[in-house]
Amino acid sequence: MDSFFVRFKNPLVLIAIMVVQVVALALQVPHTSGDLPGAHADGRKVSLLRYWTVAIVSPFERATHGSGLGVRHLWSNYIALRHTHEENLELQQEIVRLRQEQESLAEDAAQGRRLQALLGFQQQYISATVAAQVIGTSGTDRSSMISIDKGYKDGLKSDQAVMTPDGVVGKVRDVWAHTAQVLLLNDATSGAGVVLSASRIRGIVRGTANGQLQIDNLTSDSRIKVGDQVVTSGGDQVFPRGLPVGAITSIAPDTQHQPYTLIAIKPYANLSRLDEVLVVTGMSNVMPLAAQKDAAQAEAAEQESQRAADLLADKLPSLPPSSTVPNSPEASQNNVGGVAGIPNSGLPRPKPPLHPDRYTPGAAPPASDLQPGAPKQPLTTNH
Amino acid sequence: MPEHSYTSRQELDQYRFHPVVTVLAPLACILVQVEAPRLWPPLALLDLPLLAVIFFALSRRSPIAGTVTGTVIGLFQDGLTNHPFGIFGIAKGFIGYCAASIGFAIDAENPINRASMVFAFSLLQSVLLYTIQHWLLGDHSFPMMPLRQLIAAAANTAVALPLFYMLDRFRIRE
Repeated sequence: MDSFFVRFKNPLVLIAIMVVQVVALALQVPHTSGDLPGAHADGRKVSLLRYWTVAIVSPFERATHGSGLGVRHLWSNYIALRHTHEENLELQQEIVRLRQEQESLAEDAAQGRRLQALLGFQQQYISATVAAQVIGTSGTDRSSMISIDKGYKDGLKSDQAVMTPDGVVGKVRDVWAHTAQVLLLNDATSGAGVVLSASRIRGIVRGTANGQLQIDNLTSDSRIKVGDQVVTSGGDQVFPRGLPVGAITSIAPDTQHQPYTLIAIKPYANLSRLDEVLVVTGMSNVMPLAAQKDAAQAEAAEQESQRAADLLADKLPSLPPSSTVPNSPEASQNNVGGVAGIPNSGLPRPKPPLHPDRYTPGAAPPASDLQPGAPKQPLTTNH
Repeated sequence: MPEHSYTSRQELDQYRFHPVVTVLAPLACILVQVEAPRLWPPLALLDLPLLAVIFFALSRRSPIAGTVTGTVIGLFQDGLTNHPFGIFGIAKGFIGYCAASIGFAIDAENPINRASMVFAFSLLQSVLLYTIQHWLLGDHSFPMMPLRQLIAAAANTAVALPLFYMLDRFRIRE
């Protein structure tokens, strides 16, 4: 017996190590068949293993990132300033253009907010964010994860949304004191509730094994077009409503799951080259103070331009006044319904028919005068 | 003065490493692997920890040491991903065992042999990862992508030769 173990010592050790790992793997896989592998939260012991790994790696990542940051700072602030003046001019022009756009959108936004208030709709606003630097990746193309230099001491928690000014990036997976791992939206185990902004069709965007984004739970629909913008729906309770996700790049039938379609999406955020991200740490029903101030400014500017347009209209020649005064009894006789005192609020009264028949209004007697089985009455007209 | 006598290739070419090298070399490979794709995303195709596993297994020529080294490095790599622990652990442990076993039979100093082995083991790891994801975890969405794996294997081979040459300097003959 001893000779057997001595002779097959190497393969036996290999088999033992493999079996232990396979069993450990089986224990980590979620029991519900619908879940994707890795889509669940780790158990306590697994979290501990991950904690040790990150605890070893993150100090080196921070050190590397810090030294790299110094070099980049030196380069960007002192050496690479050749085109700064041109960039400054371009940015100023862009600010002017954006201000004009903001003024034109302010009225629509204000109207939207009024309607939401009337309907009792609870709009969620991003009230607090934490800016974080990306300090590392998972190191493999099979898992889309990044490490950031902020942790629970900075207010981060699991399942908080992570974004850039361009669009959604992913969500916080595991958090430690000074670092956190972010699961990117294009990971095979990641997903988000989305809305196609043109057609308002809701779907779920998922990552694929080769790092792409796609919606695979929608059937073919002629309203879905290439180039449509995709934004978050807010239904997943992770990503706030209305954050830009990406644009549709292709629509193809899903040959394996008919009648569904595969809608490929190009993310707005460059998920493979992330340097800085924003973690959404707070949501509120009230619009943030800065946004309120911006909205008020834009609304004031809109009103100002409206007043200027009215003044201009007064000075320009206009159509001659109508023969009928709007609020006169003569005018109200020509209208049906409407609000007293408000001109043209009712419907125009129809002219008398040239050839009346039994369908003409007023030709048939009221229903209360009719009796079952009574002979047909001759046609009566108002003339 | 006693004379050394070698009775097999294993005894002739068996090396050991200083404990600091044993720990720091794989750790450095993992750290570079984690940082490199941030600077240039296609570098995620490389697998420097795999190269460390192959190098140490070939140099030590002990299947048990190769299995343990591969498993530890693989589990460490698993900790940085969103996968369950064990995917890279199983794959790299098996490759460590195979590399150490094959190291008995061939001349592991020869650059052509080294390149061939790194290329073959890179592909073997891709097959093992696919098998684990597809059959053990039941994730049928996981694609094989043969062309991508061939490119990755070629890239690993190109990086392995200078890396092995550099690490050769830390070997101590037993």
